[in-house]
Amino acid sequence: MSTNERIGVYICHCGSNIAQTVDCGALTEYAKTLPGVVVAKEYKYMCSDPGQDLIKKDVAENKLTRVVVSSCSPLMHEETFRTAVEDAGLNRFLFQMSNIREQVSWVHKDKVKATEKAKKLLRAAANRVLHQRPLERREVPVMPEVVVVGGGIAGIEAALRLADAGKKVHLVEKEPTIGGHMARFDKTFPTLDCAACILTPKMVSVGQHPNINLMVCSEVEEVSGYTGNFKVKVRKKATCVDNEKCVGCGVCWEKCPAKKISSEFEEGLANRTAIYIPFPQAVPKRPVIDRDNCIYFKTGKCKVCEKFCDRKAIDFEQKDEVVELTVGAVIAATGFETLDPRELPRYGYGRFDNVLSPLEFERMTNASGPTAGKVLLKDGTAPKSVAILHCIGSRDEKHLKHCSRVCCMYSLKFAHLVEEKTHAEITNFYIDIRAFGKGYEEFYHRLLKEGVTFVRGKAAEVTDVVEAPEEQGKLVVVAEDTLLGKVRRVPVDMVVLSTGLRARSDAGHMAHVLGISRSADGFFLERHPKLGPVDTPTEGIYLAGACQGPKDIPDSVAQGAAAAACALSLIVRGRVVLEPVTAEIDEKKCAGCKLCIANCPYSAIEYDEGKKVSVVIEALCKGCGTCVATCPSGAARQKNFEDAQISSEIVGILASM
Amino acid sequence: MENQERFEPRIVGFLCRWCTYTGADLAGTSRIQYQPNVAAIRVMCSGRVDPSFVLQSFAEGADGVFIGGCHPGDCHYSEGNYKAVRRYRLLLKMLAQFGIDERRVRLEWVSASEGERYAEVINEFTDSIRTLGPLEWNKEQPVVSERSIA
Amino acid sequence: MRRYGYFPGCSLMVTNRAYSISATRVARELGVELAEVSDWNCCGATAYLALSEAKAFVMSARNLALAEAEGHDTLVAACSGCYVVLRKTGKYLDEKPAVRSRVTKALAAGDMTYNRTVKVRHLLDVLVNDCGEEGVRARVKKPLEGLKVAAYYGCQVGRPFGEADDPEFPVTMDRLMGWLGATTVDFPVRAACCGGLTMTTEPDLGMEMTGRILRVARERGADCIATACPLCQINLEAYQDKIGRKLGTDLRMPVVYFTQLMGRAFGLSSQEVMAQDSLTDVSAVLA
Repeated sequence: MSTNERIGVYICHCGSNIAQTVDCGALTEYAKTLPGVVVAKEYKYMCSDPGQDLIKKDVAENKLTRVVVSSCSPLMHEETFRTAVEDAGLNRFLFQMSNIREQVSWVHKDKVKATEKAKKLLRAAANRVLHQRPLERREVPVMPEVVVVGGGIAGIEAALRLADAGKKVHLVEKEPTIGGHMARFDKTFPTLDCAACILTPKMVSVGQHPNINLMVCSEVEEVSGYTGNFKVKVRKKATCVDNEKCVGCGVCWEKCPAKKISSEFEEGLANRTAIYIPFPQAVPKRPVIDRDNCIYFKTGKCKVCEKFCDRKAIDFEQKDEVVELTVGAVIAATGFETLDPRELPRYGYGRFDNVLSPLEFERMTNASGPTAGKVLLKDGTAPKSVAILHCIGSRDEKHLKHCSRVCCMYSLKFAHLVEEKTHAEITNFYIDIRAFGKGYEEFYHRLLKEGVTFVRGKAAEVTDVVEAPEEQGKLVVVAEDTLLGKVRRVPVDMVVLSTGLRARSDAGHMAHVLGISRSADGFFLERHPKLGPVDTPTEGIYLAGACQGPKDIPDSVAQGAAAAACALSLIVRGRVVLEPVTAEIDEKKCAGCKLCIANCPYSAIEYDEGKKVSVVIEALCKGCGTCVATCPSGAARQKNFEDAQISSEIVGILASM
Repeated sequence: MENQERFEPRIVGFLCRWCTYTGADLAGTSRIQYQPNVAAIRVMCSGRVDPSFVLQSFAEGADGVFIGGCHPGDCHYSEGNYKAVRRYRLLLKMLAQFGIDERRVRLEWVSASEGERYAEVINEFTDSIRTLGPLEWNKEQPVVSERSIA
Repeated sequence: MRRYGYFPGCSLMVTNRAYSISATRVARELGVELAEVSDWNCCGATAYLALSEAKAFVMSARNLALAEAEGHDTLVAACSGCYVVLRKTGKYLDEKPAVRSRVTKALAAGDMTYNRTVKVRHLLDVLVNDCGEEGVRARVKKPLEGLKVAAYYGCQVGRPFGEADDPEFPVTMDRLMGWLGATTVDFPVRAACCGGLTMTTEPDLGMEMTGRILRVARERGADCIATACPLCQINLEAYQDKIGRKLGTDLRMPVVYFTQLMGRAFGLSSQEVMAQDSLTDVSAVLA
């Protein structure tokens, strides 16, 4: 193929990352034989300043018109090199990258074969770059507001940071109050700070902050648009209470005759009324009516709350409201669920009275909880012996493969609380103690000194089968003590199951709504496990807290603040540039068949009745290219992914050496 | 058998930028080894893969073609992967008419977090193409549309 | 009539024929044909699996190939040992290319092929989950009212695969007993190992393990133990007097196959469910 273009090819060694598996010298020599290539060079680190300078110098001196770099993945450094090419005076899209690190040198050992594959990819890139065209990037303004989805500690932190920076934040919470899991804890490890004492002030700040629009009982239903310009549809569920009129006096829930409703906040250990606030420090302190259990909604008669409300705040006719927000960035802080211990029936949860889930235990030890902070057996007496079973469902091939990170520490906290409150004999059954955080190992040592027993062995079962007289009337924890090398049976009065953290059951749905992915464990996927733990692959959507993976409070807070910083960095910038990968339709070739219109997921193609052709609305087009693949006449074209460009890559890959 | 040179199939891969290409990169970052026969072309979405690219690949001498997209429900563009699967099914029918074994084209869902799976799938597909042997499809077949070389 | 490939296995041919015969009759009542795969061979369990996994897989795969050749997509095993070995073979053939190529070669030597289309399932799973509550209840003519059953699954119905029920705490048979009109006792050792072959190699251990199951069944007030495996059945029924003497306590307890109880509830005679083969006094249960 003859060409007037002048291509410069640059092969990166990436230290030894590429050079040890790919013969970079041979690759450089090979590059020189490719059509249009006038310069081919190898360099130790192309992404470094001297590496980029090499390109800039050659563009000037050798009058290069196109540039190819064979190095790492374009997902890593495409931007770097495009900018270098632009600095050198070329259009940034007259550049192509071939990925010979992630997809060659790191995945193949045979140097001959790896070099051969590198040549194919380079040839494809050099072929392609000849077909590339100069393109202009579109700049659009960024909307200055942010939506934070989820009002647990991570979402609260993110919202407060943004609001304090003077930005308008919409905090969307599904439940009637913010606070999330942390609001239900008694103490926090390892300092034993009272959870409410440190969380409540933050919750109050959220409720009072002029820059925060708090929406409880609300769910995000749809997110459309793109970075800097998202449209977010939020459904505010009817609570039957007018929050403007209500002052949270509490008369309604005192008078409500439906009193025997199991409280979600108390894990079913206490009851609430049908009109209720989940707990006294709830923010906003506004009650909601639980329609499924409200006598009026069930029978058509009652309205006691309405009668007693002198503010006239009760509105039985209230309807759901759908609000559309326009925001620049979205922060997902949707949290986690604890594994349901019923999934592991061998530990007796649900069969034995005194086998507790961790949240039940949290509520039990909480001074404002159902037992006023007393650790009690079902019969109302204090346990004389308690077993805490670590790793229930975690590090388990049949349940959660991952380590849930927080269970060792909360188990230690539980052990301390039991010891403090009951002086019971406490036995922890563990696989490993993972006390990884600041002050955590020290806390473990403190527990060892407090006389808590640790048995290294995962509990196999909790049974009431009696094998010895001392087991009569007890729950027996059976485990192999792997330090002793024998099976132990430990009779106790109470068992706490330290169940793992899992992705929320609606995480799949939320990921779909937000347009982000999930990792194999079900949690939301970050852009990069090391260097992009807060970003998602979708620009403008950030992650905070345990929705990305199990996290303790300090880590959730840190990520919440980090997500706020990411969002701030985007909205303060004020403008974003959009990749010109949108589609366009050549009206001379378009036959007006409208197949593209039917295939476009964004309704970004319109039919021009006058000209009898389809037309792409560029602002709506996201650049997936499905219309191009659909178009029977070749009229649809995707910028930077044109048929001829992809075709030339195919030819490049398959041409004989 | 061992003395004979092993047949090394030539395979073109079309990988969606959001899921499978990222998953392939993850295999690299995690240093998971796999066979080097698939050379990947990055597209924005598996929905961009025009069946004519597949036919062109065979015409240019490919022994197999791999298409990788996001799992159902995970498409960055909502439903591009569903479009891909519909075209794929039609394509398989067409391949039979061209006398090409349909096992030479494979559409798989590999997410951005499935580096290990990418390696497994590529190994498995490479082995299956190796078993099928070289395609040696008649290069004179006029299957490449005018526009793709325009 | 639903038709499944059926793999009786060696135990069910003679010693535990009552299980196979009652199963086949009960299945027929439910509109299910258990079609014995012709020319089947040893499932590959125990000695083979311990000495040469590869040989065990080949033997096992031959059975799968025979079932496939007869057009079955499901192979039902009544013996838990057979079920686990056949299922494991199927799984390894799917997941391990090395096993697959070895087995393929061995089968080819006998002019056989296996395309991995047969799913292996336990009899208990098939009769309960495929026939369903309605299907079973519709056949019940003589509900087992007042009968308190210790539903004993043994180890291998659930472990390691756990495909049809919780591997550690199965409830399939408990549900079935409810449909038959019986109640089941709270039986925590439901999935404990019966001791298996330790009864012959390490009798003290074997007797301890079997003894615990019998003891807990009595403690929990069961009228009988229902089993779903020939080895469990033998251990529990044949050794109960001996273990009782050793431990100085009465451990006598009728032990029956779950299929025998189904048969009685369906109105089959005690002869038809082969009560005459029992080593324990089952007159109160299967009469």
